[in-house]
Amino acid sequence: MPEPLLDIRNLRIEATSYPPGEPPRHVVLVDDVSVSVEKGKVLGLIGESGAGKSTIGLSAMSFGRGGVRLTAGQILLNGRDIRTAPVSELRKLRGSEVTYVAQSAAAAFNPARKLMEQVIETSLAHGVMPKAEAEARARSLFRQLGLPNPDTFGDRYPHQVSGGQLQRAMTAMALCPKPDLVIFDEPTTALDVTTQIDVLAAIKRAIHETGVAALYITHDLAVVAQVADDILVLRHGKKVEYGTTDHIINRPEQAYTQALVSVRSIEHEEKPAAKPVLTVANVTARYRGTHFDVLKNVSVDVAPGQTLAIVGESGSGKSTLARAITGLLPPTSGRITFDGRDLSRDLAGRTKDDLRELQMIYQMADVAMNPRQTIGTIIGRPLEFYFGLRGEAKRKRIQELLDQIEMGKGFESRYPAELSGGQKQRVCIARALAAKPKLIICDEVTSALDPLVADGILKLLLELQAQQQVAYLFITHDLATVKAIADKIAVMFKGEVRRYGSKTDVLTPPFDDYTDLLLSSVPEMRLGWLEEVLAHRKMESAGN
Amino acid sequence: MKMPLSALIGLILTGLFLFVAIFAQWLAPYPIDAAVGGVWESPSATYWLGTDTIGRDILSRLIYGAQVTIFVAAASSVLAFSLGSILGFVAATQGGWVDQALSRLVDLVMAIPSLIIALVVLSVLPLNLTVLILVMGVLDATRVFRLSRAVAVDITVMDYVEAARLRGEGGGWIIFREILPNALSPLVAEFGLRFIFAVLFISTLSFLGLGIQPPLTDWGGMVKENKDALVYGKSAALMPALAIAALAISVNLVADWILSRTTSLKGGRGA
Repeated sequence: MPEPLLDIRNLRIEATSYPPGEPPRHVVLVDDVSVSVEKGKVLGLIGESGAGKSTIGLSAMSFGRGGVRLTAGQILLNGRDIRTAPVSELRKLRGSEVTYVAQSAAAAFNPARKLMEQVIETSLAHGVMPKAEAEARARSLFRQLGLPNPDTFGDRYPHQVSGGQLQRAMTAMALCPKPDLVIFDEPTTALDVTTQIDVLAAIKRAIHETGVAALYITHDLAVVAQVADDILVLRHGKKVEYGTTDHIINRPEQAYTQALVSVRSIEHEEKPAAKPVLTVANVTARYRGTHFDVLKNVSVDVAPGQTLAIVGESGSGKSTLARAITGLLPPTSGRITFDGRDLSRDLAGRTKDDLRELQMIYQMADVAMNPRQTIGTIIGRPLEFYFGLRGEAKRKRIQELLDQIEMGKGFESRYPAELSGGQKQRVCIARALAAKPKLIICDEVTSALDPLVADGILKLLLELQAQQQVAYLFITHDLATVKAIADKIAVMFKGEVRRYGSKTDVLTPPFDDYTDLLLSSVPEMRLGWLEEVLAHRKMESAGN
Repeated sequence: MKMPLSALIGLILTGLFLFVAIFAQWLAPYPIDAAVGGVWESPSATYWLGTDTIGRDILSRLIYGAQVTIFVAAASSVLAFSLGSILGFVAATQGGWVDQALSRLVDLVMAIPSLIIALVVLSVLPLNLTVLILVMGVLDATRVFRLSRAVAVDITVMDYVEAARLRGEGGGWIIFREILPNALSPLVAEFGLRFIFAVLFISTLSFLGLGIQPPLTDWGGMVKENKDALVYGKSAALMPALAIAALAISVNLVADWILSRTTSLKGGRGA
């Protein structure tokens, strides 16, 4: 067996946390983790948020974010222990021997400088190669990564290229100084599925062609299955399972890994068509002061107790449709009918019952709740506002709602900051339910959550729908979620509805080009999926 | 969290000034307007800080002056904050022409130096405490308007404000229950700074003769009365000037501490 390039042994990482209003607390972020990567191999680190995957990733360059200490164990890079190495030595190795690709390329690039300058910066700073050679290498990397006009690409500024291209430019930046190891920290998480597949393919190709070793950090097992040779599954800073990708995906041993692999196991029978509760007819809308329609002639409807899923990538007009329905963005033309009556275009023209029966749940539960209000106030306010409940009656109803969202007692007096991400989203659901709505608009409600937590939220939503016959307008870019919960689907692209119908109809071929692209870009939890899709696309484009 | 030494000093001094202002009647060794000694006597055991231009005890007048100075500054700051922050929140939540009208009006007032406006207005209106407080409060409200509008604009775009709007809540709930609690920290810190400016402003006005009128006195007026003493090398004018500086610095130390706490809170939020 060849000598591993990176060999982490019994690593322990600690930090001090400062919870507001409490004495500082000592926390162990990573406990007794051992892992190794050989030259030219890719190790996937996977786990939910807080699992310690980024912390371990950064430890490969012996770096801890603010206040994080690598307290025990060994980090052997090319045979020497870098955990205790002096800063001067670390400075030499970071950015040349080990490089890093961050999640948000848009935030990582300096907007005031051209891409080329930034891509070759570390190579020059470390004196790895002269400027001309670095530029030539950058251009060849641009070509390898499939960037358009590789010879002049570097002359552009970060804002002149797309998000997916920027992410590939950052990959070029990391590969430019010929490192031994690259750390990819959720490089495709912020991208649309249709862009993700290109970036993923580019990264995979670049890794193989340059023969570099890589740590690939992500929360999406289906993604990591496409690029990694080995996978380490983490939870709460501890190792859950460690093995080859084939082993983890096809024969997981631990219950947690099995749950991750089988996530989205929800089965949902499509309900028959019925008289709609909400009808959106030929709605066109634009933002004030612009001359561009963000919604073009959109017509969809939702039946009581059913779910209409609106899918599309960012910028397709999904959230704008929600704003038009709620009255926040009055449409320029078209009609919105709700429960048999015409809805005023403008929020101000709607009755209290219109408002009550149409509730909304947001993507970021963090900012959807006032941080200075208790859970009791947040859930209690709609009860007070719509039904005039006070005192004991209100308190009882709040507890009822908390029971419905499976949160139990003791939450009434807590503040949002004291809850976990999943709990926050549940409280937002309770706030919407408190109004006894006929329709709830769910705007990407699970996309900020970890897979297993998101699964719990979806199950809860489906249960509540069965109990209370509430309809959902479910906005999402995640097709797996759509398959799990939708009765009807509308595929949106550039403000138009491209495909619309019952779930079975929409997901059964023949597809239009865009729906095909969208559906085939969703990573599947099996090995070799990426190659299959790419080969298939190549064949199709050759056939045309 | 441990309190820094500077903040502690600031708190103690500010507390001391407040205590003196509130209990002036009992603390002052001599009446406010009694000529008890010679002109510009140096500090001594009888007159701790000396006497002024017509032989009144400076310490006593400083103590009474603290009462007037702090009361006028505090009252005008409270007025400025009530007026400025409510208008700022209204502008931020309403947007459109309401925001435009209010913001341009404020721009107009701010384009002219406050001192000049104050001098013009005060030379026309009758000189009494109410008018003084009103004029200072309204002028200062423009600064508070700017800050509170900026803070509220950030908060208005939060989903929880949108959620309240979609629920059908009125302006009152949105301003006082959704926005105000989240805007409070920066506003409280700003209150300390605006209070200092009010102290300096009232002192300036009194020094120019358009502020507090006799028989009442304040520190700015005392500097004016005794400024000629400087020519003769007497300390009489320095005492009220030092008092102004000491109050300004001590309140500033407290405000800085509050400000640093709220900024660190922002950085550490979301935990």
